[in-house]
Amino acid sequence: MSTTTAPTEAADGEIGRARLRKEDRRLLTGRTRWTDSLTLPGMVHLSLLRSPVAHARLTNIDTGAAKQAPGVVGVWTGADLPEQGQMPTAWTVSEDMLTPPFFPVSVGAVKHVGDIIAVVAATSKEEADDAVELIDVDYEDLPVVTDPVAALADGAPLVHPELGTNVCATWGLDSGALGTGGSAAEAIRAAEADPDQVVIRRTLRQNRITPAYIEPRSIVVDPTAEQVTLWSATQVPHIVRLLMAMTQPVAEHELRVIAPDVGGGFGGKLQFTREEALVLLIAQRLQLPCKYTESRSESMQSSHHARDQVQELTLAARRDGTITALEVKLTADMGAYLGILTAGIPLLGGFMFNGIYKIPAYNFHCTDVFTNKTMTDAYRGAGKPEATFGIERMLDELAVELDLDPVEVRRRNWIKREEFPYATVAGLTYDSADYDQATDRALELFGYDELRAEQQRRQSSGDPVRLGIGVCTFVELSGLAPSRVLGGLNYGSGGWEHASIRMLPTGKVEVVAGTTPHGQGHATAFAQIVSDELGVPFEDITLITGDTGMSHKGMDTYGSRSLVVGGMAIVGAARKVVEKAKPIAAHILEADVADIDYHRGKFSVRGTQSSVTISEIALGTWLAHDLPDGLEPNLDSDNTFDPENFSFASGPHLAAVEVDTQPGQVTLRDYVCVQDVGVLVNPLIVNGQVHGGLAQGIGQALYEDIHYTEDGQLTTGTFADYLVPAAPDVPRFRTDTTVTESTTNTLGVKAVGETGTTAAPPAIVNAVLDALRPLGVRDITMPCTPVNVWTAIQQAAQQGQE
Amino acid sequence: MVSISITVDDVTRNVDVQPRTLLAHLLRERLGKTGTVIGCDTSNCGACTVLMDGVSVKSCAVLAVQADGARIDTVEGLAGADGTLHPVQQAFHEHHGLQCGYCTPGMLMRSVCLVRENPSPTEEEVREGLKGNMCRCTGYQGIVDAVMAYAQTAQEQPAGDADDMGGADDAYASGAPSGAATEEDR
Ligand code: FES
Ligand code: FES
Repeated sequence: MSTTTAPTEAADGEIGRARLRKEDRRLLTGRTRWTDSLTLPGMVHLSLLRSPVAHARLTNIDTGAAKQAPGVVGVWTGADLPEQGQMPTAWTVSEDMLTPPFFPVSVGAVKHVGDIIAVVAATSKEEADDAVELIDVDYEDLPVVTDPVAALADGAPLVHPELGTNVCATWGLDSGALGTGGSAAEAIRAAEADPDQVVIRRTLRQNRITPAYIEPRSIVVDPTAEQVTLWSATQVPHIVRLLMAMTQPVAEHELRVIAPDVGGGFGGKLQFTREEALVLLIAQRLQLPCKYTESRSESMQSSHHARDQVQELTLAARRDGTITALEVKLTADMGAYLGILTAGIPLLGGFMFNGIYKIPAYNFHCTDVFTNKTMTDAYRGAGKPEATFGIERMLDELAVELDLDPVEVRRRNWIKREEFPYATVAGLTYDSADYDQATDRALELFGYDELRAEQQRRQSSGDPVRLGIGVCTFVELSGLAPSRVLGGLNYGSGGWEHASIRMLPTGKVEVVAGTTPHGQGHATAFAQIVSDELGVPFEDITLITGDTGMSHKGMDTYGSRSLVVGGMAIVGAARKVVEKAKPIAAHILEADVADIDYHRGKFSVRGTQSSVTISEIALGTWLAHDLPDGLEPNLDSDNTFDPENFSFASGPHLAAVEVDTQPGQVTLRDYVCVQDVGVLVNPLIVNGQVHGGLAQGIGQALYEDIHYTEDGQLTTGTFADYLVPAAPDVPRFRTDTTVTESTTNTLGVKAVGETGTTAAPPAIVNAVLDALRPLGVRDITMPCTPVNVWTAIQQAAQQGQE
Repeated sequence: MVSISITVDDVTRNVDVQPRTLLAHLLRERLGKTGTVIGCDTSNCGACTVLMDGVSVKSCAVLAVQADGARIDTVEGLAGADGTLHPVQQAFHEHHGLQCGYCTPGMLMRSVCLVRENPSPTEEEVREGLKGNMCRCTGYQGIVDAVMAYAQTAQEQPAGDADDMGGADDAYASGAPSGAATEEDR
């Protein structure tokens, strides 16, 4: 393991270069292909009637007037679509997990605001919208439950009465049972009886948020060819194809799924949606191309949400700060249905609550609960931001309890550089890191000591604007894979990735990848990797993705897997190309294969000047006039890669906030982070990923909140009420990197996509609390909006008086 | 139906539109201008931003009939006829001001107007000026850097080789304080 503060690759290679992106030109000039921009001959447009109420029986649906409306081609309710199949969930987390009925178009009852009641097809979108207004529905209201803890109470309204409970599943992990540590319950009991230890209990809330990609989801289905083609604004065309074929009336070989240009995803488009299924169903019925594009309001109601957990945490530690046990009890809100990963998302956090710390005893228990809200599922980080929030908030609570500096208390517990690879109490093996080096760098960059001094000064002068400093030293598991680990979790798929390399006769290269980008810069980063492997110029390499017809095999893009799994699949394919080319090189150079050396596109005979390039071999192979006997005239190679282990990105994040205690306004004054994401393939793209994730993390901490009233009305259903940060709402980020190469892949890379959303919320909330603790504030609910801050200050003042 | 005449990226078209049709829908669905995109239904995201007579507007907040007789510039008309990127596009490319690219058409058009109105903005002014345009991918830093760099270029080469953005353009070209010009154009 090498540790440096600069990219380690040789300067002559592509890896490590801040290449400007290949993808930009089309996007900058408007020559784009978003799904909603597609128009096909004879295409009809779909609009949906969605439920305005959170829970009701549908006692009558009158579509008569809508069917007569101008331009209308057809109207269907759930009862009119007997061929529709149950929407699948891909992660059955436990044997007793309960899966409720969930169909593209609701049958008999609706379970949340936005549930689909009917579909209208018309010759224009306006006509379809108008006809939706004419559908008359009789609702018999049923009792509603929106709070996940209330949903567990005896006598709580049942979201799915036929299940007899709101509990979807329970799942646990105990280091005593696992053999990775002691029993947390015992350790906590011992701590309680030990005057040299402290036991801290807190209940924290992870607010419900939504990915809020800027491109609304859109679907076009063309049933008028040998294969039905479905275009979708999705992150996962391969998964959509498979799940559609497994659940709806279309066979896998008869369906082609294409993700054209996709405008952001962040997990929000990691889904097989009702809308995808129903557009296919209607297109098949009509035998006409059909399009459906959601409005933003529909997106807010029906595209999955995320987070929404109640975390009951118990941390035991000795008075010197050494942690002795951690117990986590989660109540996780599923919403009304199970999407493809809904029930498993909180479990991913179960492996990460221990963070970067050496914790000798750990217990995690999660209860998944149904409520009358939109389902939750993956959003950038998926379970890991929730876990990081929990442990990093608790570390600050411990620091306060013991009157230690929050950085110091972390330092006393974190894994040391020489202890890697490190087997954690949650059963994972961390590959590499140097937390001391990264944190020291971050503290220096941040000016930590000066800020602490300023904080003191302002506090003693009674400044109504308080300065707060927040710390988070995060780690995150990246690259959903290996398949065997996923199998152990009963996850419904493997974690491998596939790639092909096609060597064209002119020496150009097509890389076919099973991952599907939507802003991550794969075309650029993968070209850099292949350029180094094959010695072909960056400009001569192109990427083909996102179409099951051209890239037949893949697991798509989510969970920070594209580089660490997908990139490695590409490296493997490139190395197979080289292996195939070697005997041909030997033949051309009239040498023995054993004497052939290869470096960046050039084959040479050891100890001589004679050499041949891979481009020359590509042409020669295509000609096939003079190849060694019995050799297949083909250099193209396929590779499916399944890693042995995850890689683990990490790094300290430091936030300085100013909290104006009068209106409760929080201003983020400075944000510093030093990431260890392993070897950087393209620092420009890495920075972009970090910045984007940070803005989203800041959004969760300060602005974003999905809010339902008690009767299940969504009050944050547009971009006017759901506050995605704009440019003035985020500061200039100051970032740096340290590099410890990952030991779990030959590129030495770790993932970067989810770091910001994971680390920023606890860093910022810790900072806000740091500012307000002198006023007696002990906790604050995310997001730290003026109202929430003001309320926390008022409550503390009241408690102080009592 | 109402007949209107509209010039989009230098091509004048006469079209019949419903009174309720939004400019954004006219552009995308009737005129084939799919470079301009829609991200919301409350005029908050700015993805649909175009220039109307040289001033940035959210095309989802303008009725097509209001654009009768107007000159509309979209992202598709920014680059030169020979394919040379407009300086604002070049700046976004160089400063990694885009990832998925969905907010980009609106960001570019807003940035053109912003720099025209304030030729040497501070970082804070750029951030404030972009407040109506949401980006979920970049965290804005690349975008802000790009706009600052673009403003710099625009000052150094006021003619902006690829810039031909209607009435307000003259003010841009002459480097005159363009706030006044855009007011007049309204
Ligand atoms: S689509 Fe016009 S502002 Fe969002
Ligand atoms: S680049 Fe994706 S929304 Fe801005």
